[in-house]
Amino acid sequence: MLYSEKVMDHFMNPRNVGKIDDADGVGEVGNAKCGDIMKIYLKVEDDIITDVKFNTFGCASAIATSSIATEMIKGKPISEALKLTNKAVVEALDGLPPVKIHCSVLAEEAVKAAVADYYKKQGKELDEEFFSCSGCCSACEHGEEHTH
Amino acid sequence: MLIYADNAATTAVSKKAVEAMLPYFTQQYGNASSIHTAGQMANKAMQEARADISNILGCEPKELIFTSGGSESDNQAIVSAALLGAKKGKKHIISSKIEHHAVLHVLDKLKKEGYDITLLDVSPEGIVSAADVEAAIREDTALVTIMFANNEIGTLQPIAEIGEICKKHGVIFHTDAVQAVGHVPINVKEMNIDMLSFSAHKFHGPKGIGGLYVRKGIRLSPLIEGGAQERGLRAGTENVAAIVGMAAALKEQVENMDKNAEKLKKMRDRLMDSVLAAVPRSRVNGDRQKRLPGNVSFCFEGIEGESLLLMLDSMGICGSSGSACTSGSLDPSHVLLAIGLPHEIAHGSLRLTFSEYNTEEEIDYIINAVPKVVSRLRDMSPMWERIVKEDK
Repeated sequence: MLYSEKVMDHFMNPRNVGKIDDADGVGEVGNAKCGDIMKIYLKVEDDIITDVKFNTFGCASAIATSSIATEMIKGKPISEALKLTNKAVVEALDGLPPVKIHCSVLAEEAVKAAVADYYKKQGKELDEEFFSCSGCCSACEHGEEHTH
Repeated sequence: MLIYADNAATTAVSKKAVEAMLPYFTQQYGNASSIHTAGQMANKAMQEARADISNILGCEPKELIFTSGGSESDNQAIVSAALLGAKKGKKHIISSKIEHHAVLHVLDKLKKEGYDITLLDVSPEGIVSAADVEAAIREDTALVTIMFANNEIGTLQPIAEIGEICKKHGVIFHTDAVQAVGHVPINVKEMNIDMLSFSAHKFHGPKGIGGLYVRKGIRLSPLIEGGAQERGLRAGTENVAAIVGMAAALKEQVENMDKNAEKLKKMRDRLMDSVLAAVPRSRVNGDRQKRLPGNVSFCFEGIEGESLLLMLDSMGICGSSGSACTSGSLDPSHVLLAIGLPHEIAHGSLRLTFSEYNTEEEIDYIINAVPKVVSRLRDMSPMWERIVKEDK
């Protein structure tokens, strides 16, 4: 099998699928040309992520990484969500095939983009350390120029 | 329930082919090159198979060599024609943008070695124009290689027309007929084909065996050096069981070709019409009529092909997709891009290919399942959300 059981479980039964109409932060990364777009919605109270939903266009691993990433940050403080790495996402899924690692990067970036949006709405400063561009997708404003 | 709808990838070996092969594993296992009785019995079976297949293709037994399959045949045909051309100072090759990688990657390699390669565009329906082939022929053209039927979208190319043009201009014409042999009528002499590649496992024969027809007078170069098998053109002990199985499968397939094609076209057209009617923003790739009887190729906007495949698989349907994620590269299928689809639509492709072993009940099940899976994936797709918003 190409994917681990964990990946297949999160793909076939994705957690936290949906949208939040009155979200406090929304992040969207990826682009249609490359074949994956992730959109994450956050509800935040007292710096705690009380609810999170996602919508994803992409392959099974894109859907599975989005699903597990939302599970990993739900109920956690914002500061902890920012520490979510693609490596942690891969580990939580019991591994991803090498060609699918970029999906986990996208999931990390989608969470960060949603937090960045939350900070922006709150008028808070962004900590540059957490929002550096990996150049892997079109998540940042550099946009198309370094899409795959 | 398991519905196998990926017959362009490979097929089940027919019962007749299996039965024909069995004696050659445990009873008549001699080496076809040996001069003793056991060897000569194997040799006789192999020559009978060669005669049967040649008869079906419309060539002489001497014009047919056995190979390991389509990729090897394509490689040997193209490399041989390129070497023959180079001897006469001809280093130009014409092909199309929708060829199989077994052709395209050989051409890439030849390009690096100094050959000039022209890859023709195809129509939005996925058909190469014979007039374009003629217009591209130059003084130094060594070879035209155009596939008989496309493996992804099933489109049938104007092979007889191209053959006539190549004959007129004295250019060698090779066709990769891996998807076509056993499925549509082929006669190499009537169609002016100089070289033709085929593979047994696409027509209910075993894997790992195929053939290359080469018109008398065109000198092949061996890819594999060694013994004098296949008149020195392909070394290696002949796989007699597989060769016998291939001939049995092809004979059976050709005997039933009309009947099978009729059945498959009916299933194919019903599936295409029903899914197009049930799923908004869906399309069929490739010409609706000029296509293999068993090929259906869809694109669904707003979703990605690999997810679609895996969800269908979980419902017992085995299909295929030309999405980037299934191709192992970052770009979707070169065929879907060549017919003019943008990347975002090409990512959402689904290929379902049938054989006569499929049933109308299976088509019913697929017609019911595909729209459900598409809408499930669309419900969680931000791209679909955008498409719906733009429509309003």
